[in-house]
Amino acid sequence: MKETQTINNNSKSTKTTERISGSEAVIKCLLAEGVTTLYGYPGGAIMPVYDELFKYQDQIHHVLTRHEQGAAHAAQGYARISGKVGVAMATSGPGATNLITGIADAQIDSTPLVCITGQVGSHLLGSDAFQETDIVGISTPVTKWNCQITKASQIPEVLAKAFYIAKSGRPGPVLIDITKDAQFEEFDFQYKKCTGVRSYKPVPKTDTSALKAAAELMNNAKKPLIVWGQGVILGKAEDEFKAIIEKSGIPSAWTILGASAIPSSHHLNVGMVGMHGNYAPNVLTNECDVLIAIGMRFDDRVTGNLATYAKQAKIVHFEIDPAEIDKNVKTDVAVLGDAKSSLKALLPLLNTNTHSQWHQKFKDLYQIEFDKVIKNDLHPTKDGLTMGEVLKEINIQTEGKAAIVSDVGQHQMIACRYAEFNVSKSNITSGGLGTMGFALPAAIGAKMAAPEREVIMIAGDGGYQMNIQELGTIFQQKVPVKIVVLNNEFLGMVRQWQQLFFDKRYASTEMVNPDFVAIAKGYQIEAQKVSERKDLKAAVKEMIDCDGPYFLEVRVEKEDNVFPMIPTGASVSDIRLE
Amino acid sequence: MSTENKQYTVSIYTENNIGLLNRISAIFQRRHINIESLNTSPSEIESVSRFTIVVNITESQMKKIIGQIEKQVEVIKAFYHTEDEIIYQESCLFKIKSELLFDERQIQNIIKESNARIVTVNKKFFVLEKSGRKEEIDLLYRDLNQFGIMQFTRSGRVAVTKDEMKISTMLKAFQH
Repeated sequence: MKETQTINNNSKSTKTTERISGSEAVIKCLLAEGVTTLYGYPGGAIMPVYDELFKYQDQIHHVLTRHEQGAAHAAQGYARISGKVGVAMATSGPGATNLITGIADAQIDSTPLVCITGQVGSHLLGSDAFQETDIVGISTPVTKWNCQITKASQIPEVLAKAFYIAKSGRPGPVLIDITKDAQFEEFDFQYKKCTGVRSYKPVPKTDTSALKAAAELMNNAKKPLIVWGQGVILGKAEDEFKAIIEKSGIPSAWTILGASAIPSSHHLNVGMVGMHGNYAPNVLTNECDVLIAIGMRFDDRVTGNLATYAKQAKIVHFEIDPAEIDKNVKTDVAVLGDAKSSLKALLPLLNTNTHSQWHQKFKDLYQIEFDKVIKNDLHPTKDGLTMGEVLKEINIQTEGKAAIVSDVGQHQMIACRYAEFNVSKSNITSGGLGTMGFALPAAIGAKMAAPEREVIMIAGDGGYQMNIQELGTIFQQKVPVKIVVLNNEFLGMVRQWQQLFFDKRYASTEMVNPDFVAIAKGYQIEAQKVSERKDLKAAVKEMIDCDGPYFLEVRVEKEDNVFPMIPTGASVSDIRLE
Repeated sequence: MSTENKQYTVSIYTENNIGLLNRISAIFQRRHINIESLNTSPSEIESVSRFTIVVNITESQMKKIIGQIEKQVEVIKAFYHTEDEIIYQESCLFKIKSELLFDERQIQNIIKESNARIVTVNKKFFVLEKSGRKEEIDLLYRDLNQFGIMQFTRSGRVAVTKDEMKISTMLKAFQH
């Protein structure tokens, strides 16, 4: 029974409250936060909320995934392509623990997520009740914030705070655990968006003198190098960033999560840094005189051996999270703040330059990489298909406008290296955590958040099978994602390491795979398999032209390796081309 | 920066919420750092809690950990201090057989000299309380242990800094 009443709170404003259940309040909070789609899986302890989802199904679309991990990754894909908060829901116990990998992935990749879990009734907490697990305890190290609700009246404030914390400052996942009695309990509902939390400062103040010092170093540098990360995208600072590099003429390289912030073909874009990044930016990291890091965190996959990383250079670090300053690389000038406002303030302080001689070095090294690696990847002369040529074909046929959702492994490095990006937020991949199984569910979320975009999932035969059950979600929801599996019948990246560092002892990396086409067809997804170069173009065309979901398996060379490569523990400048 | 381990006393001002202790201790655990002592209590500001944690680590580790602690949503501010920047105390209780008080006259001298306080005495046992620096408590423990201790417990370190903390000013700044 619902009743609406008006309460006069001694204040001038008259506030309307409604007496509703905690579970209905959850839905109303989601609606108030603009949530239209969420991903989840029902179960005992979250059933009251699902009952309300049923009643509100014309306003909010709940997507039933086939596994809670799929729900978490789908919410991530949704968030990554749209910049909005992704929402996932699960029941207590195994439902909640199954979310954890996605939450950990979102934490390390700074993805805004709100996860709502059901919990056993508060009188049962700590009794080892059926499907009871301490999910607040379990999720603590992998969440930006988490909270357990045991009273319905806490729901509006806590959920408002959850959305605020998830999306503000450096974004991240938040988990809210709601006991079943709190879901049933009725209370006077009233919603107010959260605009601040006393102990939390999402964006640190930018120090003008630091900004000036940064500009001075950049202006006086003879061989400056910019390395940008996802901070540019999360801060919606793509335009400001482009203006900075175009005025300063500084060669700019990207981390895996920074990809797509500016078009791949931009003349100042000198490629990817890191373990399988491009030759020139890696080698020249150890030759530049000023290294300007923007919204990136000097991950070990980017820096290689820290003892020999850019030691000759002055380091300038633009960063929103003070804990990142000096965490891995000691900075000379740290500019705290969000990328958009910092870069905007930096622009007028910069001198115009072209650094044409310095750029020539990048071009020369690119030519070496092209001759030794890229040519063979994209224009192979051998019989077997390469992963690179599949990417090249996709680039051509989508005109570089597709969003690429990649999984983890060799194909991921190839996708990041060769996919052409012309639209920001187009490289959706599990960067920090390296979660195999990420791509298929993440592609579902991405396509649903951006139905106008072509969303192409690219996975290896290993990672694809880690969440292959999500084909069921694609089938039920009719999500027109394009699924490309680059099948080398190996866990390719591990095999590559076994070849290079373990004397070719291929321990548990060879895969005996099922008939992937038959599996896709079982879900009524159009599918085909390509093993020869002559069929690739037509197959990709058929996939792109297909209105619904499509599955394309490409049998690629079994034992190809991804190069360039910085071996673990080596310096960035010791990157190997073969 | 020194790569030598040093003893640091960490002071953390926080909201008083369930689970925050877990969140803070996890920051140390994840980096394989042992916590020597940990104390939580109300602070000088109403509704604000204060953690006092003692660890033996390098200064560079300490700085990074302070960053990670301050990053937590419910943490207002974290500081680290060396021994000479703080005034600190620990407290301990000894439970000892009452007969020893009469049989071993030296015990009375030990109590007097150590400035320990007798909290309670009954026929069976008496309880001794001592506050002081770690070494003072260690010394008292050694002196009494030769006669036999029924129970011994000791608190975590509590500390105040010689310099001002300015938490109230920070709290005001957060409001904007």
